[in-house]
Amino acid sequence: MRDFFIKIFRIGRKIKDQFHSSWMFICFLLILVLPFILGFGLLYKSNVLIREQSLLQLLFSGNWHPLKGEFGFWPFIVSSLWVTILSMLICGPVCLLSAIHLTHYAKKWVLKLMHPVIDILAGIPSVIYGVWGILLVVPFVSRMGASMGHPNSGYTILTGAIVLSIMIIPFVLNILIEVIRTVPRELSEASLSLGATKWETIKYVVLKKAFPGIISSFGLGISRAFGETIAVLMVVGNVVKIPTGVFQPGYPLPALIANNYGEMLSIPMYDSALMFSALILFVVVTIFNMGSRYLIIYSEKKI
Amino acid sequence: MFLATSIIAIALLLIIVSILYKGLPSLNWQMLTQVPKGGYYFGKEGGILNAIIGSLYLSFGATILSFIISLPLAVYINIHRAKQKRLVNTVRFLLDLLWGVPSIVYGAFGFTIMIYFGLRASLLAGIITVTLFIIPIMVRSMDEVFKTVPKGLIEAALSLGSTRSETSYKVLSRQCIPGIITAILLAFGRAIGDAAAILFTTGYTDYIPTSLSQPTATLPLSIFFQLGSPIPEVQNRAYASAVVLTVIILIISIISRILSRKYYQERIK
Repeated sequence: MRDFFIKIFRIGRKIKDQFHSSWMFICFLLILVLPFILGFGLLYKSNVLIREQSLLQLLFSGNWHPLKGEFGFWPFIVSSLWVTILSMLICGPVCLLSAIHLTHYAKKWVLKLMHPVIDILAGIPSVIYGVWGILLVVPFVSRMGASMGHPNSGYTILTGAIVLSIMIIPFVLNILIEVIRTVPRELSEASLSLGATKWETIKYVVLKKAFPGIISSFGLGISRAFGETIAVLMVVGNVVKIPTGVFQPGYPLPALIANNYGEMLSIPMYDSALMFSALILFVVVTIFNMGSRYLIIYSEKKI
Repeated sequence: MFLATSIIAIALLLIIVSILYKGLPSLNWQMLTQVPKGGYYFGKEGGILNAIIGSLYLSFGATILSFIISLPLAVYINIHRAKQKRLVNTVRFLLDLLWGVPSIVYGAFGFTIMIYFGLRASLLAGIITVTLFIIPIMVRSMDEVFKTVPKGLIEAALSLGSTRSETSYKVLSRQCIPGIITAILLAFGRAIGDAAAILFTTGYTDYIPTSLSQPTATLPLSIFFQLGSPIPEVQNRAYASAVVLTVIILIISIISRILSRKYYQERIK
């Protein structure tokens, strides 16, 4: 009798194990196919538009008249590029200097303070950043533009870039700190013992060694900035026009999708056009991510 | 260089102070316990209860659903496939890529699926979209914790005759409970704060949803829509929602900080 129960118990354990393992396998498969489903789903949807018009014309034409069936994405792409590059120009130096400071110069209490600060910055939702942008950055940019001879409403590309640059700081900074920390200690000690000053050591040894990592962290920052939607949408002005200066309103790609989904079903081809812009976002962001991740893995192997 | 660091700290301070400064005056009991009356865009009376409850429904639903998928996946790549380094690294790479995909793309994708299955904007569609969106975050952060567990512990459990799934759930997961909770909190924070993914899929209403197939109001969208209103009372609702959302995020990050400190003190080395 006792043997029988032990047998049942054993079989029960086996079945349980089988059950759990197969469920795990299903989850595993789901994650493996998810990126492809995402890509193909968007491609399938935007196929209608791509078949109708040539890809070059879609990407580089500035005529955006959905009612007439003309879809040129150039103004949106240019706006996106402006906002992303500007925000990287603001965020890049700040992050790099701060990462050097935190890894080599900072006292303990600064580190203790900055860890939660970075965490909270990363956790704040983008809508909150948008509200902050409207409350503080918009008046600031408006006044700044007026004093520099470019009167504007404050809802400009520069505003979007400032808000974005604060948003992507935690991502870039976290990776930068990690990258600079992985530079072997012996290298900088060797440089110091040869008589180089601390700053020279950082400049010629640490930063040089960490260079691929720094580039890839900026790449990740760019991909983050490129896809950011709500915060930018709230402050960037949303005027369909090719922007020529930082004090002009822009209309980035994610904002285009977010603003127009309501009319999507009433105008033919429109949903296809919006899905096409989602596809552009997906492809660009994935390429940037892949490149940066690959660079990180590659440089880790070398060290 | 110190300046650069202080710019970052000051930026955070400015954000929190300006949100609290604008939002606290309009935050009162009535705001937290009533739904908007006469339409969320024009009605002057009422509060943001619908958005608070809706947000909690949405993010709890999505967090639970993605937990059911994420925990098995994270232990699967750490125990069942631990030998196949190449495969595991490929999966990590894919997850990192998925983490980087902007939420608006998930939103657009969720919208296509929704149309394909003939659903309207509803709580269910929102939960599914947000689940897809937070799975990579949850899996990757659990994975990082599981990586720190010493190999000897797992080998000891296996050599005593436990099956692999028993090792996963009764040894590995139990060892990492604080880390798992941190991962869940991180994903929850993402889910409650994201607006772009639910913009198409969840819709917006004045009422508290009673079933999965109804559209739902959420805090981020409540900020986004009501801030555009010309009526000051309605704008105040948006600022109040911003305060509520910020406070939720702050609480989450404090809890996860305490937990992770505890984990590093008590873990087996």
